Amino acid sequence: MSKISRRSVLRGIVRGAVVGVALPYLDCFLGTSGQALAATGQRIPTRFGTWIWGCGFVPEKWIPTSTGKTYEMPEDLKPLEPYRDRLAILSGFDVKLDGVPNKPHITGCLGLRTGVPVPNEIVKAPTLDVLIGDAIGNGTRFRSIEISTSGIERSYSYRGAGSPNPSEVSPLRLYQRLFVEGFQDPNAAEFAPDPRTMARQSVLSAVQEDRRRLMREVGADDRRRLDEYFSSVRQLEQQLALQLEPPARVENFTMPKAPTNFVLDAEMDNVMVTHRLMAGLLAKALQCNQTRVFNVLFSDTTSNLRRAGSTTTHHTLTHEEPVDAKLGYQKEVGWFATRSMIAWREFLDEIAGIPEGDGTLLDHCLILAHSDCSIAKAHAVEGIPVMIAGNAGGRVRTGFHLAGKADPVTRVGLTVQQAMGLQVDRWGALSMDTNRTVSEILA
Amino acid sequence: MRSDSERRGTCGVAVAALLLLATLSGCGDRLREPDAVGGPPVMRRLTESQYRDTVASIFGADIPVTARFERGLRAEGLIAIGSSEAGMSPFSIEQYDAAALGVAAAVTGEKNRERFVPCKPGAGVAFDARCAQRFVEQYAPLLFRRSLAPEETSRFVAMARTGQERIGNFYAGLELALAGMMVSPEFLLRIERTEPDPDHPDRRRLDNWSKATRLSYFLINSTPDQELLRAAAADELSTRKGLQRQVERLLGSPRFEPAVRAFFEDMLQFDKFDDLAKDSVVYPAFNSTVAADAKEQTLRTITHLLVEQHGDYRDLFTTRQSFLTRPLGIVYRVPVPTRNGWESREFPEGSHRVGIQSHVAFLALYSHPGRSSATLRGKGIREVFLCQEVPDPPANVNFAAVQETSNAKMPTARDRLNVHRTQPACAGCHKIMDPLGLTLENFDGLGTYRAVENEVPIDASGSIDGIDFQTPEGLGQALHDHPETPRCLVERMYRYAVGRDTEMEERSYMDYLTRSFAASKFRVPELMRTIALSENFFAISAPQEDDAHDDEQVALDQ
Repeated sequence: MSKISRRSVLRGIVRGAVVGVALPYLDCFLGTSGQALAATGQRIPTRFGTWIWGCGFVPEKWIPTSTGKTYEMPEDLKPLEPYRDRLAILSGFDVKLDGVPNKPHITGCLGLRTGVPVPNEIVKAPTLDVLIGDAIGNGTRFRSIEISTSGIERSYSYRGAGSPNPSEVSPLRLYQRLFVEGFQDPNAAEFAPDPRTMARQSVLSAVQEDRRRLMREVGADDRRRLDEYFSSVRQLEQQLALQLEPPARVENFTMPKAPTNFVLDAEMDNVMVTHRLMAGLLAKALQCNQTRVFNVLFSDTTSNLRRAGSTTTHHTLTHEEPVDAKLGYQKEVGWFATRSMIAWREFLDEIAGIPEGDGTLLDHCLILAHSDCSIAKAHAVEGIPVMIAGNAGGRVRTGFHLAGKADPVTRVGLTVQQAMGLQVDRWGALSMDTNRTVSEILA
Repeated sequence: MRSDSERRGTCGVAVAALLLLATLSGCGDRLREPDAVGGPPVMRRLTESQYRDTVASIFGADIPVTARFERGLRAEGLIAIGSSEAGMSPFSIEQYDAAALGVAAAVTGEKNRERFVPCKPGAGVAFDARCAQRFVEQYAPLLFRRSLAPEETSRFVAMARTGQERIGNFYAGLELALAGMMVSPEFLLRIERTEPDPDHPDRRRLDNWSKATRLSYFLINSTPDQELLRAAAADELSTRKGLQRQVERLLGSPRFEPAVRAFFEDMLQFDKFDDLAKDSVVYPAFNSTVAADAKEQTLRTITHLLVEQHGDYRDLFTTRQSFLTRPLGIVYRVPVPTRNGWESREFPEGSHRVGIQSHVAFLALYSHPGRSSATLRGKGIREVFLCQEVPDPPANVNFAAVQETSNAKMPTARDRLNVHRTQPACAGCHKIMDPLGLTLENFDGLGTYRAVENEVPIDASGSIDGIDFQTPEGLGQALHDHPETPRCLVERMYRYAVGRDTEMEERSYMDYLTRSFAASKFRVPELMRTIALSENFFAISAPQEDDAHDDEQVALDQ
């Protein structure tokens, strides 16, 4: 980065009491590619997100029988037909355990996201969304936004062991965090920085004065934790700094309304409603640049989803439901798997529903959707279903099915990181270590 | 898993012998503390309950803490240990900031400022640095749990000055300074500091402030009060007499009972209530009030027995004494005349409600959303009350044999779980969980009593570690008598107090605590006193490694 930051330019102007001034966006403040908006001359940023659903799939209903562009979408992918051109279906990529005990529903998910399988939740590397967030998430109010739609307040986004990023579970709370407290309407006619915000900002910078002393007082592990504390404080400071700037105008942005009529629990119909509401809020937050990174947990990996009146959850069913002799798979489990893909379609509907530049927000996103296992009954981490949606501002190609042929899934993770502009040429540990991207994806 | 098996055999004998010894002649040599070894110092993040209790004890319970605390990280069975490992995400800083601003606004707002601000600012527009300094000097030591260096004080006074200059009002300046203290690392993190131990050149010990802090959060779940800070400053905590005086004072404090409650909330993993969901068709009586009351019922039962009655810890597993509200009465099928609030109740003999493991809180937490689970309950008892780890199921196990609840051939859970025994891969673990949990099968997934499942009478016989029983009463008695029951409590309590796992070398110390606990007839406040007065509690094992150089550049140059 060059020595002048966008913020320091703006800060000078704010301090000089010139307000409401529209600033040209300089190229050095933006990513390397992307399209410019006609109206404002701003480049459109590229966003990255993950979308997780729990308990895998029913292979016969999900894996296309042929590869390439002309594959036919099986039953569970059918709802995604409208996004055929915007999706890469990746089957047959494995998490390689190298003898690490497979903790059901955890090892596969975290292995895929960190490149290093672990027998518990003590990750040995940051999840890839955090790596990407550190690279692209610094100029926005939130480095990333985490959402969980089935009532479980967790995420699979980890900066390190003991440092998960917790999820928002309520649409209303998400709305308040994104669009009420500290939000600035990008299209408001007037702008006046709040002197209180300036004072708070100076408090936060004073709080960091002890950094050096404290770092010396603690051991190595605690230094990492302190470091996380200080970078989190810096993010907060930055949120305040952004509030002192006139926000950049955003075309076609309308303020969302406070969400109503939702029930927070794990019953499938309620989760679908909650998920859709939260997806809509997230799409708007991406549109007006509140964040560039997100993680959505549609259902937890040990899926607690259930049907009203049923005594068992999706996860329990995967283990206890007998295989239907006629269908050849677990019928009830299949119901949840199908609905999960409908939810994924609805997520894409919300993202693609935001016009941006010549197309939609989806053109400027790279969304990695995945589960924690392939066949949940056996907790198999071979062939975990993975999809990539969106084109990352032209940096990725979609519209095909590709069979991974038991390659390590870290190839996908590496590809995604490169597509997002990270300088990384290999990723993963032991059998998961790879320097081979999926070249079909990189444009 | 710990290699306690060899110990287990001798333990029961030792306990029995000690009980005898204690009754006959009081304490013998076996109750002398072994040489202290201690462990490493830790950096603990304030838990939500500590944060709330700290604000309440400094400012008063009427000062609102409005923030959404992220779920505490649990490690080795305790959030207290997780708090020594947990990081601090941007989300949590946002929330801490919101909490700090809310508390600061309430404390310096018009309604309360006379109560909290020790002086009135001088007339005129100039910033009254003296008054601001008095304010900082009154609250910063309580928040930081130590005295402040002059330059630290002046930093917060400067914050107040900036605040007044920017916002134009003295109290707004104080508000910002207070909020600044409350987002400081020194408030949110309890950073333990050590000093050489003059009596033992080979080890270190906590400095006085860190001692006071450990003591205080252990015994009153809150920050050291003025008196404890005074004693720390006067070096009184390093004398036996001085320490004793403070420990007795804290044990007698009204905040002692909330501290016991906070411990059990952690040990019983009641944060799981945040995720508790029941199917509204299967269990229409369940709602958020029932959930909150169920949790409160068990905690009340515990503090009533252990603190108010100074009772035997093991009686928690056999007591029929409890407390109920009307919404809980619906689940227990017991009429509760009191319209609002709590009523002390004794469950009748033969009602099978004996011990906290027969409460709705435990039964509902360790069940599925739509049905009971003997396996989850058995696992819960093993892990929570006996400190035994049950491994995860093998990843590639075939569960197909365990059928749906409506299967006519296997009407009850016992029939369905029998399948576990036919599969060698399952049998190893399930035989230590299921027989135990099956005894609680008379309670459905919410905890309501039932005699039948799918019209077939429920057989509630079960066993634990060679003891057979036919009813929940038998299970309660077996848990009461189990040698691991008190040992587990001791282990958890000590780890909770020091915020870390026990070290190998601390074994004989743990044995000492277990013996003392038995000698006190399993009185929990006595155990807490023993820990607080022990040398090991403040001891720091090896000299702190000077590892501040390896990744110093990485860490510092940001």
